Amino acid sequence: MIEADLPARPRSELSLRFGRFRQNRLAMASVVVLTFIVVACFLGPFLFPFTGQDADFDAINLGVDFTSIHLFGTDDFGRDLLVRTLEGGRVSLTIGFLGALVAGIIGVMYGAVAGFVGGRWDRVMIRVIEILYAFPYVILVILLAMLFGGGNVALFLAIVFTLWLTPAVIVRAQAQSLARREFIEAARAGGMTRRQIIVTHIVPNTLSTVIVYGSLLVPEVILSESFLSFLGIGVREPQASWGNLIQAGRATMSTDIRLLLLPATMLATVLFCLNFIADGLRDAFDPNDR
Amino acid sequence: MLLFLIRRLADGLLTMAALLTLTFFVMRLAPGGPFSSNRKISPTIRANVEAAYNLDQPLVAQYLRYVRGVLQFDFGPSFRYRDYTVADILLNGLPFSLTIGLWAALVATVTGVTLGILGALKRNSLLDYSTGTIAVIGIAIPIFVLAPLMQVYFAVMLRWFPVGGWNDGWRSLVLPVVALALPNIAYISRLTRNSMIETMRENYVRTARAKGIGRGRVIRDHALTGAILPVVAYLGPATAAIITGSIVIETIFALPGIGRHFVDAALNRDYPLVMGITILYGFVLITFNIGADILRGWLDPRVRHD
Repeated sequence: MIEADLPARPRSELSLRFGRFRQNRLAMASVVVLTFIVVACFLGPFLFPFTGQDADFDAINLGVDFTSIHLFGTDDFGRDLLVRTLEGGRVSLTIGFLGALVAGIIGVMYGAVAGFVGGRWDRVMIRVIEILYAFPYVILVILLAMLFGGGNVALFLAIVFTLWLTPAVIVRAQAQSLARREFIEAARAGGMTRRQIIVTHIVPNTLSTVIVYGSLLVPEVILSESFLSFLGIGVREPQASWGNLIQAGRATMSTDIRLLLLPATMLATVLFCLNFIADGLRDAFDPNDR
Repeated sequence: MLLFLIRRLADGLLTMAALLTLTFFVMRLAPGGPFSSNRKISPTIRANVEAAYNLDQPLVAQYLRYVRGVLQFDFGPSFRYRDYTVADILLNGLPFSLTIGLWAALVATVTGVTLGILGALKRNSLLDYSTGTIAVIGIAIPIFVLAPLMQVYFAVMLRWFPVGGWNDGWRSLVLPVVALALPNIAYISRLTRNSMIETMRENYVRTARAKGIGRGRVIRDHALTGAILPVVAYLGPATAAIITGSIVIETIFALPGIGRHFVDAALNRDYPLVMGITILYGFVLITFNIGADILRGWLDPRVRHD
């Protein structure tokens, strides 16, 4: 935090805001915990001599034992629970971050075009959003997952297809007010095409709003993915995801709660961290909005 | 106000029509019919089956027939449950889903608003902090994690309530309703708290206080109406959240409601049932959205004239 005290160096608005974010202890702690979990999910499984899909029929339903190789025991196929949870996290986190990114990009482009071009195009484009908004969200995801034929890619497409709406609406409102500003007028007078203006002026200026709402998208995507996998519509066995691990854990919870608790704790921790980070970003990016 | 009403209703009808059309074509385009996954059947039988379910007609004719049916609350026969029509299944499941859904909405609104107002009036008190913590938990922990944990603790360990089913009267209602209400309690209490704090700073509240009206009466007669507006606006999303939640809750607690049928129907590719439930859900959601808008327009003139 020492560098923040040097007034001489000019800093961009964005770096000032990230500086403010760094002051938020809860948000920074969440970043650390989240980074740890991400690293554990992507690198952790390599530390073990087996994968989450290797069934060891000599070691079925082992309990928690930190001295053995199966730290958190095994499930009823003798698959290691910790490794399965970590591998499931890989799937959930990848879908979460990638889904939020893609949905964010689509939403920003759509919203920027609708808001900047305006007129009849805008009315049609916003109507499409309104109609899609009226669908019960999860039902739309389920319908689309069925349309795309099931599987991870279908799940991903369905989630992205439903989640680009909110960023689009927010960016549209911003683009509308930006379109009336003088520097856009100047750019137009200077001979820039609409497309150039959108890419070089509109989109970068909506960035700070997009970062805030984008950070809220990530937990939403992870939640949808695990929700659908929990219901058996998303990621399927034998591939693990936090959703279907929780579903599997629920079957044995009355005798052995361990299978439920480990993936549930991981999912809840990640969602907590992402929510705190989103809160921190919002506070840092628009301090008036409290 | 009348113009506002008509415009909202027209919007609703348009959205409903779009929903109907989109659902129909998505379902027809989806790969793998209900009869394709089973063992091989001879082409003649296949043709007969398709004729019986009108699957051999052109898509547009099927669509028109379907729309005409829906307008008469006839969603056709279920592909999976041979002897039932989709309308039968919907009517059978509806009482269960409505019971837990409406109770959850009531519990969530009353608890959420009360906690929110108390939190706003006694800011930074112990109550405020604990409500805030509960809100964070309710928002971050998904319902399909909370509900099984509640089952383990209250049903398996303490044996206060049944693990699932519908055989113990009010006792089998408690866990599903609480699990369904919890995330909404979290949202509503946050919303109410923030808007109550904001409203208490408004000029008209200050004026009322300056005139010498007691604090309790200012809150009841003046501040509350303003503070409740965002909560009314949240009614639409809350309905969506309860519908979504009921899909999971009915599966977890083994309740014979519509949500559980929806998951089964999606997994079995029982297209008429999926379409019927989607349309019913869409209808409920659109109705509640319009209701919320009208209520908001009634409470706040600025909304009407927007």
